[in-house]
Amino acid sequence: MALHKVLGTETEYGIVVRGDPAYNPAVASTLVVNSYPGARVKLQWSFEEESPGRDARGYSHDGYGSPDPESAVVNSVLANGARLYVDHAHPEYSAPETYEPLEAALYDKAGEWVMRKAAATASEVSGRHVSLYKNNSDGKGNSYGAHENYLLSRETPFGDVIRFATTFMVTRQIFTGAGKIGRENDRPEVDYQITQRADFFEEEVGLETTLKRPIINTRDEPHGDPSQYRRFHVIIGDANLSEVQIFLKVGTTALMLAALEDGALPDPLDLFDPVESCWQVSHDLTMKHPLDLDGGGTATALELQWRYHEWLAKYAERELDDPVWKDLLDEWERTLNLLETDPMKLADTLDWVAKKRLLDGYRERDGLAWTDSKLRALALQYHDVDAEKGLYYRLANRGAIRRLFTDEEIERATVEPPTRTRAYFRGRCVTEYPGSLVAANWDSLVFDVGEATLKRVPMMEPLKGDAARVGRLIDESEDAATLIERLGG
Amino acid sequence: MSDRERAQSRKREESESTEETEARTESEADLEALDDLLDEIDEVLEENAEEFVKNYVQKGGE
Repeated sequence: MALHKVLGTETEYGIVVRGDPAYNPAVASTLVVNSYPGARVKLQWSFEEESPGRDARGYSHDGYGSPDPESAVVNSVLANGARLYVDHAHPEYSAPETYEPLEAALYDKAGEWVMRKAAATASEVSGRHVSLYKNNSDGKGNSYGAHENYLLSRETPFGDVIRFATTFMVTRQIFTGAGKIGRENDRPEVDYQITQRADFFEEEVGLETTLKRPIINTRDEPHGDPSQYRRFHVIIGDANLSEVQIFLKVGTTALMLAALEDGALPDPLDLFDPVESCWQVSHDLTMKHPLDLDGGGTATALELQWRYHEWLAKYAERELDDPVWKDLLDEWERTLNLLETDPMKLADTLDWVAKKRLLDGYRERDGLAWTDSKLRALALQYHDVDAEKGLYYRLANRGAIRRLFTDEEIERATVEPPTRTRAYFRGRCVTEYPGSLVAANWDSLVFDVGEATLKRVPMMEPLKGDAARVGRLIDESEDAATLIERLGG
Repeated sequence: MSDRERAQSRKREESESTEETEARTESEADLEALDDLLDEIDEVLEENAEEFVKNYVQKGGE
């Protein structure tokens, strides 16, 4: 039985200061992160355990990814266990570790609420108007990421991940895209495409994340016991606003990885050229583009996704009890069926379709060409996290987008951590002992309890530190010193 | 054509025409909803689209 798929997302938001095109985005992002008014602790993010230069293929790159001193000071851990910080001149929200895909979608959405409040407060205190966008491209050749993370066993050979996951990642784009007008990065001309990110992928496998982006990223940084775990760091995905779509994206991927680890994927379905297929899938709104297969012959992305659906439905029925997987498989089946018969009917669940419906409406009503600035402005505004300005929220509030969560549930997820992973311990400590927390990392917390040395609490097990194990301990510890003492240290 | 066949054929025609009407009503309702939506969005659209798009420039990230 595969290792439980603990999972979570990280999103870099686009940032604009109105009326000041010359603004410094790193400074503006710092302002946003520092302005967040919700429960959190600003602290030092301890980098000693991080190793973004370690490659899953077994070697290390010296001097890679050392933290930028300017962004290293702007770090905070939120009461929900998330990390809010500045990365590459963007404000970034890294969601807490979650137990299953529906919860992962909820905590991804909580990030929008956090960013909305941070932007509103930043605007208030600075007297400027700061807007944030949950998207991945500026339409001018610059892309910024939405990443996903899945816990894998160290015993899983990374070669198997490369071999079996590549085609899935390329073809899932038909239901993971957030939609984009035009092309970037010298790909062929197109009016509108399914994803924001596909044009930027240039390698099949690699360590890079900011240039020559690979379909399979090999960063070997488990954020847990390295002798037991890997973390599969997925960089080929769009940031989504649709709750159903986030659920589908992370749920199908977690399920595929569990099946991969259990040897339940009978065929790697190798593509002849995954990098070419990547943008071809994104550029094809008809769902009919034949992708060349490595063994000869062709198949469409949709046909390949049906193969995965068939295998994973059988796998889930055999191996998984949680009803969330049945819901996921039903939603996936509905999505593939409609992509086959009438993709526009998915305007209630997929960002790329919802946005296209809006753009088609304007094109028809106002006779606009795809290159018109008004359409490009609309396409950007779909992603604005402001509830009044953001067109996604306008659609959702009219009932044109199907929701999985209420606003109240999302609001609560900004201050309460998930209960079944170590994020619970992190989040509760932020709420209960904010004055004693001095440093944090995904796999440790460091406390100052007034003694000569700082106390470090390691959290090398992603499923420990959950409510069942430490809930009562925290309830009964009135301060951090008591907590540390009871933890035995 | 027997009476029964005629009746069946008429019934089929009727049901086809009902389906057509339903389909038309559904797509008309959809169009109306879309018109409403566009009217609502007109109110919040960026005022100077060209300027807004021009100034939306981001640093590359991960």
